[in-house]
Amino acid sequence: MLNPKLKLNPKIFNADVEQMSIRKGFGQGLLLAGEIDKNVVALCADLVESTQMNIFTEKFPERFVEVGVAEQNLVTIASGMAAMGKVPFCSSYAMFSPGRNWEQIRTTIAYNDRPVKIIGSHTGISVGPDGGTHQALEDLALMRVMPNMEVFSPCDAIEAKKITLAIAKSGKPAYLRLAREKTPVITTEETPFEIGKAEIYWMPDIGMAQVGIIVTGDLMHRVLMIAKELETENIKIKVLNLATIKPIDVKIITELAKETKAIVTVEEHQVMGGMGSAVAEVLAQNFPVPVEFIGIQDKFGQSGTPEELVEHYGMGKNAIKEAVKKVLKRR
Amino acid sequence: MITDKKILELEKKANDIRKSIIEMLVEAGSGHTAGPLGMADVFTLFYFHILKHDAKNPSWEDRDRFVLSNGHICPVLYATMAHAGYFPVEELKTLRKFGTRLQGHPHREYLPYVETSSGPLGLGLSQAVGMALADRMDKKDGERFIYCFTSDGEHDEGNTWEAIMLAGKNKLRNLIAVVDRNNIQIDGFTENIMPLEPLPEKYRAFNWHVIEVSGHDFRALDEAFVEAQSIYEKPTIIISHNIPGKGVKEFERDYKWHGKVPNKEEGKMALAELEKNSFRN
Repeated sequence: MLNPKLKLNPKIFNADVEQMSIRKGFGQGLLLAGEIDKNVVALCADLVESTQMNIFTEKFPERFVEVGVAEQNLVTIASGMAAMGKVPFCSSYAMFSPGRNWEQIRTTIAYNDRPVKIIGSHTGISVGPDGGTHQALEDLALMRVMPNMEVFSPCDAIEAKKITLAIAKSGKPAYLRLAREKTPVITTEETPFEIGKAEIYWMPDIGMAQVGIIVTGDLMHRVLMIAKELETENIKIKVLNLATIKPIDVKIITELAKETKAIVTVEEHQVMGGMGSAVAEVLAQNFPVPVEFIGIQDKFGQSGTPEELVEHYGMGKNAIKEAVKKVLKRR
Repeated sequence: MITDKKILELEKKANDIRKSIIEMLVEAGSGHTAGPLGMADVFTLFYFHILKHDAKNPSWEDRDRFVLSNGHICPVLYATMAHAGYFPVEELKTLRKFGTRLQGHPHREYLPYVETSSGPLGLGLSQAVGMALADRMDKKDGERFIYCFTSDGEHDEGNTWEAIMLAGKNKLRNLIAVVDRNNIQIDGFTENIMPLEPLPEKYRAFNWHVIEVSGHDFRALDEAFVEAQSIYEKPTIIISHNIPGKGVKEFERDYKWHGKVPNKEEGKMALAELEKNSFRN
C-alpha cells in the first residue's frame, strides 16, 4: 500500500492522474523562492522557457541575467554573484551544464563553497526525439563526486518545487536534476521533503518486505505500478524514493537492506556512478546484500519516444520485474 | 596625482616584495617566477595606492573586490598581502608546504582574505563580472570597484572571451580588469603559441575602454587606474606591458622562467641583484 503517513496523491493509480513536468515544478518553486528572498537571482544560457525559468523572469526581470549560449560563463558569473551575497540559480540542459562546464563548477562553486544552484534540465533517456547528444545520462555521477555539492533528483513536479525552495535556503552548492516530459504527479503539497531524508512510498499491507526498490526521478510512478502488481503475485515490496542523492540517507537505506536482504535500484542514468552506485557504496560499508541495477548500461541514447527508449534501454516494466525476481533468488 | 615621494616609497616596497618572492620560491622548491616578478610593480601600486581595503578588517563590507584570475602568480599576491599587513612576512616561507594557508594556487577556504580561489585559467574575469552585476543589481556600482587581474596566456581560454562579451553587453563601468601582457606562456611566446594581437582592438570591438601602459612606470600606472575609474559607460581593460622576470636580469624576458623556480645558488644571485637595487633607491 501507499505509505499513508506521506499523504501521496490518492489518484496515483488512476488513468486520469494529473500530469505535470518536473521542470515546471522547478519554475514554480523558483518564483516562490524569489518572493521569499530578494537575493535569489536567475541566470540562463538561452533556454529560459525550456527550463521554465520564465515563470521567475516575468515577475523579477531585474533579477535575471541572460548570458547567451555560454555555459562556462553561466556558472562562473553565478559564482561571482554568490560572492556578493546572491543566491543564484543557473539553468540549462544538463548535457551542457554540468556537462560542458564541470571544471568551472568544481573550481568556482564547489571549491569556493558558493551557494550556487545548478539546474540541469532535459535529463534521462526520456528526453526522447532530440537524441543521444541531448540526453544527459551522466550528470548525477559528475555532480556527486564533487565535494561540497549536494545532489537532488525529484520524482515529480511537486517534489521539484519543494527541493527548489529547500536549496534556496541551504547555503550550499546544489545540483537539481530535471526532466522534460509531463509525468504523473505522485506527491501532494502535504508530502514531507527534507534534504537528506528519503521516504518509503510503498510498503506491504502487513509483514516484512522481501525486496526493496530504491528509485530516483520520474521512473517512480512506473515502479509504484509494478509494486502494486507484484502484490497480487505475493511478492512484498518496499519502494524508497531517494530524492537526495547526496547527502545520502544511510540510515533508511541500511534499514531497508536489513529488512529485505535484497535491493533493486532504478534510475534514468548510467548505472556506473549513478544513484545505484551511491546505494551500493552505502550497502557495501554497512550491510552488504545482493543488488540489481536498473539504468543505462554503458550506452548512449538515440531518438525515439520516451516510452520506446525506456523499454529499449532496459528500464521498462518487464525489466524491473525481472530484476526483482532475480534479486529474490540471490537473497 | 601621485607624488615623487610616494613613487620612491613604492619602488622600495616593490623591491622588497621581489626579494620576498625569490625567498619564498627558493624555499618552496616549485612554482612560478617570471609572472610574479613581472607583476610586482602593478601589485605594489595596486595594494598600496589604488585598492580600497583594510588589512586589519579584511571582510570590511565596503571594500573593493579584487579577483586574481591567473592564480599561478600567487607568490606576488601573498608577498604583497604580507607586506600590506594581512599576515606576517615570515609566513611566506610556508608557501606550498603541508598545512599552509598559502596554497600552491590560492584557496579561500585556507586564506579567506582572497575573494576567490583560482588557478585553473580563464575563470576569474567571469567571476568578477558576476560581482559587478550583483553590485549593479544592488545599486552599489557607484560605491566600489571590482578589479580583476588576468594573464595574457589565459586569453586563449574561451571562458575569458565569454566574460569579455557579457561585460561589454552590460556596460559594467564598475569593472576594471588588468591583463599582465608579458608575452610568455609555458610553452613559449604568446604570439607563437596563440597570437593575441591586436589585443586592444579586440577589446574595443567588445565595447571595452582600453588603456595601454608600462607595468613598471608607477606614475603611468596610477594615471591608468584613475582614468579607468573615470570611465562611465564601459568596463575598462588596462593592458599592462610587463617584463617577465623583471628585477633580475638573468630571468627577464625568458619564457623558461614562467614555470620554474630558482635553485639556492640562483636565488642568492637574484637576491644580491635586488639588494643592489635597494641601495640605488
